[in-house]
Amino acid sequence: MRRRLLAIVMPIMFATLIALCGGGAAFASPAASPATAHPDGAAAFGQSSSHLVADGSSDAAAPSSSSGAQGETISGTLMAPIGEGGTREPIEGVTITVSQDGKEIGSATSGKDGKWQIPVPHAGTYQVTLDVKTLPNTVQLQTAGKETLKGLVVQPGFSKVALFPLVKQGQGTGATGGGGGSGQLEYLISIFITGLRFGLIIAMTAVGLSLIFGTTRLINFAHGELVTLGAVVAFAFGTSPLQWPFVIAIVLAVIAVAALSGLLEFALWRPLRKRGSGLIQMFIISIGLSLLLRNGIQFFFGPDRQQFQQATAQTQLTWGPFSATPMDLITIVVSIAILVGVAVMLQRTRMGKAMRALADNRDLAEASGINVDRVILQVWVIGGALAAVGGILFGLTSAVSFDMGFRLLLLMFAGIILGGLGSAYGAMLGSIVVGLVAQYSTVWFPPELQNAWAMLVLVVVLLVRPQGILGRLQRAG
Amino acid sequence: MDWGGIFSSALSDMLGPSAAIYALAAVGLNLHFGYTGLLNFGQVAFMLVGSYGVGVSVAKYGLPLSVSVLVAILVSVVLALLLGVPTLRLRGDYLAIATIAVGEILRLFVNSSYFEPLTGGSLGLTDPALAGSGPQRLPNQGFTELSPFVGGKTYDFGPLHFLGSDLWVMVVTWALVILACVLMFLLMRSPWGRVLRSVREDELAARSLGKNVFSFKMQSLVLGGVIGGLAGVMYTMNIPGQVPTNFMPEITFYLWVIVILGGAGRIVGPVIGALIFWFVFSFLGSFLTDLFPGANANVGAVRIAVVGVILMLLMVFRPAGILGNKEEMRLEVR
Amino acid sequence: MKSDDDETGDAPAGFASMTAEGAHAAAAEGADAVASAMDEGEAIDPSLAAGREKVLHAQQETAHELSPAARALAGVTAEPGVHKPDPILVADQVSRRFGGLTAVDVHRLEVQRGTITALIGPNGAGKSTFFNLVSGFDKPTSGTWSFNGRDITGMSAYRIARLGMVRTFQLTKALTRMTALENMMLGATAQRGERFLPSLLRPSWKGQEKTIEARADELLRRFNLAHMRDDFAGTMSGGQRKLLEMARAMMVDPALIMLDEPMAGVNPALTQSLLGHIQALRDEGTTIILVEHDMDVIMSISDWIICFAEGAVIAEGRPDDIRSNHAVIDAYLGARRALATDGPDGESDGGAGR
Repeated sequence: MRRRLLAIVMPIMFATLIALCGGGAAFASPAASPATAHPDGAAAFGQSSSHLVADGSSDAAAPSSSSGAQGETISGTLMAPIGEGGTREPIEGVTITVSQDGKEIGSATSGKDGKWQIPVPHAGTYQVTLDVKTLPNTVQLQTAGKETLKGLVVQPGFSKVALFPLVKQGQGTGATGGGGGSGQLEYLISIFITGLRFGLIIAMTAVGLSLIFGTTRLINFAHGELVTLGAVVAFAFGTSPLQWPFVIAIVLAVIAVAALSGLLEFALWRPLRKRGSGLIQMFIISIGLSLLLRNGIQFFFGPDRQQFQQATAQTQLTWGPFSATPMDLITIVVSIAILVGVAVMLQRTRMGKAMRALADNRDLAEASGINVDRVILQVWVIGGALAAVGGILFGLTSAVSFDMGFRLLLLMFAGIILGGLGSAYGAMLGSIVVGLVAQYSTVWFPPELQNAWAMLVLVVVLLVRPQGILGRLQRAG
Repeated sequence: MDWGGIFSSALSDMLGPSAAIYALAAVGLNLHFGYTGLLNFGQVAFMLVGSYGVGVSVAKYGLPLSVSVLVAILVSVVLALLLGVPTLRLRGDYLAIATIAVGEILRLFVNSSYFEPLTGGSLGLTDPALAGSGPQRLPNQGFTELSPFVGGKTYDFGPLHFLGSDLWVMVVTWALVILACVLMFLLMRSPWGRVLRSVREDELAARSLGKNVFSFKMQSLVLGGVIGGLAGVMYTMNIPGQVPTNFMPEITFYLWVIVILGGAGRIVGPVIGALIFWFVFSFLGSFLTDLFPGANANVGAVRIAVVGVILMLLMVFRPAGILGNKEEMRLEVR
Repeated sequence: MKSDDDETGDAPAGFASMTAEGAHAAAAEGADAVASAMDEGEAIDPSLAAGREKVLHAQQETAHELSPAARALAGVTAEPGVHKPDPILVADQVSRRFGGLTAVDVHRLEVQRGTITALIGPNGAGKSTFFNLVSGFDKPTSGTWSFNGRDITGMSAYRIARLGMVRTFQLTKALTRMTALENMMLGATAQRGERFLPSLLRPSWKGQEKTIEARADELLRRFNLAHMRDDFAGTMSGGQRKLLEMARAMMVDPALIMLDEPMAGVNPALTQSLLGHIQALRDEGTTIILVEHDMDVIMSISDWIICFAEGAVIAEGRPDDIRSNHAVIDAYLGARRALATDGPDGESDGGAGR
């Protein structure tokens, strides 16, 4: 009895855990304004701008949390170095130009608040140049010759921040060789970190989907919307106008989504199962549900992408060749903790064992006295909670939008099939591989194709090893 | 509220080019799902390759329309083979996931800057860069030249009004729909169709009776895919400025609603489904716009949400379609 | 929750217990099916009762006077893997492993042409898996087998069926949304109208279609299904589906027909009729392999019995040899005793569809 209680409490504990860390994130950059967050970051970027290239989204936060621009932009804020009294002044009237393959895409001049923004036609790799002649005489670039940032990668649907670290006139350094081989290594390592982070987020959402499939054989097409809902609910509570403490917002979001997920099982899926509805029938119903939820969310949330205030402009931390933002680290640590928690739950608790038994052989599980309905309900609740947590982390590391979960859904499927349909551990492993493939593809291919490559993994797996990495071959037929 | 206007535009849309194109694509999907039991959730991928097959051939390479249509058919066949080889030997749900993924992969590729010289990227088929140094051609140029109607003129049929350009697309597409339905009728009354239906019912049984199930599934996938490809061709004839966002996965879901509305596994099911779907879709659009003026994005969202609800209700209460027969419906629930 | 964490949770470890309990569930299913068939009040026409008399009579006769099939096996020693005078199916070193579990490991198995050969054995003995292997519905870990002297190892299921070796399934696979007649006509092989282009030209297949229809009607009559000719197979009772499946298999014109538990879930009246059909098929020269659990049925109609246990053939022989075989009694009846409290047994690993 106590064990069962523990198992039910576990998702809530997860939520609290991540909420605490999320709160930590907000503390890591005490004033969430990008302006003050720059100086430390500037030092890091000054040495090697390749971090910028490497990391797709975490530092892609738009300068203002309310920037609702749909479509891709490159933007930034130009601030003078800290002057007397510890304040920084914005720099107005500096011209910045974006180009691609030598072709000018657009240019802008920084405004009164030092902000500039240039829309780009689509995701891709761009070059951003600051016109040094338009800088005031009092400041100069920290590193001479760094007026052009090459290979700036804009992710689909994201705003990319371009940083030009400025120092007082006469304090800059020359463009010394630097970089070189170690720059390449740093680049690959930072891609690994981004890929791992992305893969872990996919894994967290995919485990729930996989458990649901394992116990009910239903391919839940509406799982992506649970992910979205997690992020959207946390966003609704955690940002203005409500602006409740982020911890509470996260806990509420996880509870709300877990409850909705359980409610759906209780009010929709269970009655359908009792009627003896076919799996194809239920699969199509889940597609209808997905359309309903996704567009319902769009109705309330709006069609635009929005950023969590808590995640804007993070300071880049560097240790030797490793560098990551606090948000990267928090995401990675939290996801690993939760995934390990799920594994322990499946392996050790009575509930987890019942889930595995059910996935293995339904008749047998039922015959041995397992309350199938209750176990399935638990699976839905846990799956919903995991989806919500994944959605919040995904929202924190990129942006919140009404279709974020749907875009993640196909990657979840890719991860699940890669790992082996029906195996929860396979889903975790496969998802991480998918995340890494997506990120590493950007080394050779345009970033807007990263999801396409990740999904191609799915097709290749079906060709080569349809049972997946950890899957067992189906018996006959 | 202008009820007359709402109804007349809903009726026009019910017969309009989009309805005809969806009906054609749905005939292909009906062959896949309704007769063979294949879970194709990427019919939009066939529309995409058909659409871009003809569009790129005309706009980029300046090929004549007839050759371009052949190119579109050819790429549809190739896509069907590529999809079928890895998935048709596996359980049905693998095909479902693979098809929807391939649809998205294709859309992302067509959209990417990488393929912009070939597809116009996010700018679409009317990107002037496509023509290179040659003269710029619209993808539907050869098609409009054949039109007996005056493109810009409005033709009135009682309460219905159609532009000449739309009318030409409609006539051709509905003719194709009828042809496709006749083809389906001929196929389904034959022993070939009987084997397909047996595969839908139980593929192991079909195999135990000496039927090469893989081959029949592949034939079905290819034929239905080509029909979807032709729907894509007409899509480009209708909208020459085709852009990747016109090929979102939602289109496949609409096609599923259409097939199920009309009744899966019925010859005229997709046609009936498309007529009803577009009437309702158009009606909802104008009705909601009238109700909440100036809220376009929200109207779109609500309209699609309603489609989702319809799909759910249909699958729960009338899985054999709104005209489905009772006896068959009872058997449907498996 | 009576069975605790360790057993149900770590399923792979507890495979043995799993199959036993799975069988329990399957048996319950079977019992339900029987009950429901009875509920439906399946029409027992007088001719059927008469048929039953005839069958019983025939059975008594076989006891005294040997059938040609039994005579052909007269001189064969009753030992596992023994050579038969005219084998239609020969399996050599066929094995199938699932992970660490060996489901089938048959050194040598021959089936005499024109006989009814029964495969028996406790649950999980590998009978159904063996069926799946030789009929091409599963891939073996090793081994070869031949049919009519032709090596068909690894051949796909549909090709094997076309060669004249047809199987039925433990869980009937009636094509529910097709009529009984359509079910039957599907069975005919080499149909011109099944090719894509000719299918569009009706004249090219119309003649053949007529012939096939006539044959289908004849078989439907023979299997007492003529009155359901135009009904959806989905509306038939469990027993009628079994009959339909057997009749459909006959449409392929098989030299060898493999029946996977043809009596499971069929009401007792219909059982007799099914037995009559099976014997009649044998008398017409069709070879029949049968997986069955009802020992009375097996003893009464089989010419030869092959007993499986733990994937291997442990005994072979005529019904009388088997009755007195200690290995069989140990393996089979030992297991039966354990299951006796669970009612009639079914098999958990059957049904290629799982």
